[in-house]
Amino acid sequence: MASNAKIIRKILHYLKAYRAFMLASVFFAALSALLALYLPVLTGNAVDLIVTKGKVDFAGLKLIFIQMALLIAVTALAQWIMNACNNHITYCTVRDIRVSAMRQIERLPLSYLDSHPAGETVSRIIADVDQFADGLLLGFTQFFTGVLTIFGTLFLMLAIHKWVALVVILLTPLSLFVAAFIAKNTSSLFRKQSEVRGVQTAIIDEMVGNEKLVQAFSYEEKAKARFAENNEDLRKIALKALFFSSTTNPGTRFVNNTVYAGVALFGGWAVIRGTMSVGQLTAFLSYANQFTKPFNEISGVVTELQNAITCAGRVFELIEAEPQVPEAQPALELKDAKGQVEISHVDFSYTEEQQLIRDLSVSVQHGERVAIVGPTGCGKTTLINLLMRFYDVKAGSITVDGTDIRDYTRHSLRTSYGMVLQETWLKPGTIRENIMLGKPDATEEEVIRAAKLAHSHSFIVQLADGYDTVIGEDGGMLSQGQKQLICITRIMLSLPPMLILDEATSSIDTRTELKIQDAFARMMKGRTSFIVAHRLSTIKEADMILVMKDGNIIEQGKHDALLAQGGFYAKLYRSQYEF
Amino acid sequence: MKALWKYFKSYKIECISGPLFKLLEASFELMVPLVVKRIIDVGIAYGNREYVLHMVLIMLALAAVGLTCSLTAQYFSAKAAVGFAAKVKNAVFSHIQTLSYTEIDTLGTSTLVTRLTSDINTLQGGVNMSLRLFLRSPFVVAGAVAVAFTIDLKAALTFVVTVLLLSIVVYGIMLITIPMYKKVQTHLDRVTMHTRSALTGVRVTRAFGLEQKEQEEFKETNAVLAGMQILAGKLSALMNPLTFVLINLGLAWLIWEGALAVDTGRLTQGAVVALVNYMSQILVELVKLANMIVQLTRALASAGRISSVLAIEPSMKEGSEAPVWQGGPAEVRFENAAMRYAGSSENGAEGISLRAAAGSTIGIIGGTGSGKTSVIHLIPRFYDAAEGAVYVDGRNVRDYTYRSLRERIAIVPQRSVLFSGTIRENLRWGKADATDAEIMEALRMAQAADFVLEKEGGLDYAVAQGGSNFSGGQRQRLAIARALVRKPAVLILDDSTSALDYATDAALRKAIREMPDSPTTFIVSQRTASIMHADQILVLDAGKVVGLGTHENLMRDCDVYREIYRSQFGREARPADGKGGALQ
Repeated sequence: MASNAKIIRKILHYLKAYRAFMLASVFFAALSALLALYLPVLTGNAVDLIVTKGKVDFAGLKLIFIQMALLIAVTALAQWIMNACNNHITYCTVRDIRVSAMRQIERLPLSYLDSHPAGETVSRIIADVDQFADGLLLGFTQFFTGVLTIFGTLFLMLAIHKWVALVVILLTPLSLFVAAFIAKNTSSLFRKQSEVRGVQTAIIDEMVGNEKLVQAFSYEEKAKARFAENNEDLRKIALKALFFSSTTNPGTRFVNNTVYAGVALFGGWAVIRGTMSVGQLTAFLSYANQFTKPFNEISGVVTELQNAITCAGRVFELIEAEPQVPEAQPALELKDAKGQVEISHVDFSYTEEQQLIRDLSVSVQHGERVAIVGPTGCGKTTLINLLMRFYDVKAGSITVDGTDIRDYTRHSLRTSYGMVLQETWLKPGTIRENIMLGKPDATEEEVIRAAKLAHSHSFIVQLADGYDTVIGEDGGMLSQGQKQLICITRIMLSLPPMLILDEATSSIDTRTELKIQDAFARMMKGRTSFIVAHRLSTIKEADMILVMKDGNIIEQGKHDALLAQGGFYAKLYRSQYEF
Repeated sequence: MKALWKYFKSYKIECISGPLFKLLEASFELMVPLVVKRIIDVGIAYGNREYVLHMVLIMLALAAVGLTCSLTAQYFSAKAAVGFAAKVKNAVFSHIQTLSYTEIDTLGTSTLVTRLTSDINTLQGGVNMSLRLFLRSPFVVAGAVAVAFTIDLKAALTFVVTVLLLSIVVYGIMLITIPMYKKVQTHLDRVTMHTRSALTGVRVTRAFGLEQKEQEEFKETNAVLAGMQILAGKLSALMNPLTFVLINLGLAWLIWEGALAVDTGRLTQGAVVALVNYMSQILVELVKLANMIVQLTRALASAGRISSVLAIEPSMKEGSEAPVWQGGPAEVRFENAAMRYAGSSENGAEGISLRAAAGSTIGIIGGTGSGKTSVIHLIPRFYDAAEGAVYVDGRNVRDYTYRSLRERIAIVPQRSVLFSGTIRENLRWGKADATDAEIMEALRMAQAADFVLEKEGGLDYAVAQGGSNFSGGQRQRLAIARALVRKPAVLILDDSTSALDYATDAALRKAIREMPDSPTTFIVSQRTASIMHADQILVLDAGKVVGLGTHENLMRDCDVYREIYRSQFGREARPADGKGGALQ
């Protein structure tokens, strides 16, 4: 509960901006709840004026009707204003929370983002925030009015007739007991149900998600059998959970009816004794009818609020995750980098247990082309992570033009590199927008020139809307190779002073690749470049080849020298002819 | 929806009993105001305490019977809803197993997953609710109006008018807001897409220093969403106050009518109270009904989506022949075969004629999108040839049953997917009854034995869903072992060694060649080195065959092949003397 209090405080912090709306909401909620409660009293008074044949007080009735009309109008208006305020508060808060979550994403270190699946984070920002909104809206509307209604009703009942009120007060808690009893007994069923359902979702995800493979291996029958078995388990547990949870309504309704009967009995006797009028009995009966309602609603709201708080907690966990190390103060701007990169005595690891890079030192001069080779998992991509400062080194340092990269602003360091990765990423939007990511003020001619250099122009103009073709999430209809060409076009357009190419042409067929080699060569001229590649032509022409294995550079030098050395590089190089 | 009715069949009794008991309960509830009327008109009017007690006991009895009825109803409804959903789920899951690749391509697997999970859950909720409440609420409303007619005709007319006005308001607002909420949903999807894109593209965004811009764009999309939600919310916020006004004005009018009637002696005081009570019951039920209709439209939409999956007919007809296979390699023959993807106007590959002798190796090479995968997908009949035919062991692949054809063939797909379970269980996908010795042998051939033995528990090591606890190269090797353990007649490697370094790739090919009864092997690759030693090499360019022959022949006659080769080995290189090559 202590952490709940903390979360609530944080929620209140977000609500602060809407203080006026909240005050209005509370005021009008109180107004509408109390006025609505007074209606049965007026109805009761009216009934008392209609006694029997010839004994109807029409003048009195008219007066009551005027009161009623006023009351109805004001209550309705108050209800509407309250609802509108709550809507405003809820949706604006949700908007604010999402914006902070998004800002946080831009600030989080990559170590966080790499270790948390994107789907999970998305579900925090979308689903959890929505759940929270639902809970907040419901909570606001019902919790406050519920409490007010309970106390208002109590007060009015006591004012009309103490003893009959006592009957209601004594019997009503029964309904709460029933509800609590059922809830307690069903929660374990629900937990079990969600466990079994989780297993089912995993089976569906796996089997249907890889349906093609299932068929390729003739696994259909086994998949069906596995699914059917789990489905039967789920059916059994779901039936229990559903049935037991759905006894709440009948149960509380029964208690409610008992209370109603109690009021009818003692109220009826009170009327006979003359301590109560028929109209008052009517009012009492309608109170008794509604009295358990706010209790049930509140217990519903409490679950809902609890859920909302849990969801909010998950969102805040994201928002409050430790952001990346702040920029140095004052941070330098890296401008027109010459591209002299010095890696000295760098240690790095993603996890505490597993040391990956140990005492790595490399010195790269302005304009040099560095090729990085080595088997999978040797640390090639890690090196790029460090150069771009996606991760910070654990020990040692990396300098660019003589200054530690941690002293530059991240922005200026990163924009000094042009990066093309094997994993292409296109932003949902038009192709032109995607090409112009690195140079938003590029002219049409520049865009087309870059596209021609990267050999993407010809397929782009063949698309339905050419450069204005909208591509959806993960690139839609473009092939992997075409996506990579667009990523290369980006770099050809923005032409930053240093380059990082991580398997940048892995999905492009070798003939096209050959065609863009020239453009690549021209681009790399005078620009320090780091290239991870497996094609020989690229590697052979490098000024320096770094051969990495298990996080260390085991060989370093030019192609011919390395071959002559007869070491790991030479072995890798020759291996393909052993077939 | 119609297609789903049959899954209710085994729950006929429950489906009828559920609502029936609910109606019984509602009837008992409708009697309560009449009992109160008698308390006022008889018990109180004549000061008869015992009569009041009598009536109250009747009320308690009504409540008890009502409770029993409604518990019974809840049980039947839950049983029918849950059972129905389970049956539909099984049916959909089984149906998906019969779909061919063409249908899976068109639908996308994520759609199918949503249908099976959230859509069926929504449907289950909808069925449960309908059985419990859908008849109840209209029944109570109609019942209350009917009883009002028995009390007083004129007062009953007030009921009719009020109910009509209420319905207009409630459903009018719903008619306006439902499309608005749909729009909100679409926009929410856009916000979701934006968020996901920001996460998956974080490296690029940061590399270009675009954090600020992303942030601005998100803010904008998000603000539009909030605006739409507030607008829709404002309209729905009218619902409660308006119904409140209507029902209470109706009440006031009813009392006025009642006063006139009592004054002339047409009605008693108790009757007026009873009418007032019925009026409040109507309000409660109408609000319930409105909420229910929202949920019901959602359930109906889900039902529609589910039936549309069930309605999809597999586009291929399964053959009926299942010749016994004794092991050993098979001959594969393409006769002028063409392959076309659904919805495409052009063939993905065409004019493929090729005879692969049993035990031989065929290399397939070509640029991105040249149709390499299309060709090999015809062999296990993942797709039907649009023209021509494909034969395995002299029999058209269309004549085999799926199982008997595919049990001869093992494929290693481009994207290596492993399943949750142990390494052993994963390999047994290839051969259900494989012994540990067979599994180890396959792992050794796939160059995977070393890292598997290093894992805790060896073959018992647990593979996480999708194989995320293995590196890309390890996954690929396990996928290869999974195919090899079958000792297939035909082995297909679909660009499936891309994550392996050349040394491992070469060792793997050597191991396959040295297998006893080594399978007829199709190797799809972008690397010349992987296929240059094949018995025949098929060269594809934009779906068309531009070369077929041995490496030497192709180097002499085929421009495209020569170009590919040179792009990888350099112009001057000649592999025989060990100069040139490619490195991982």
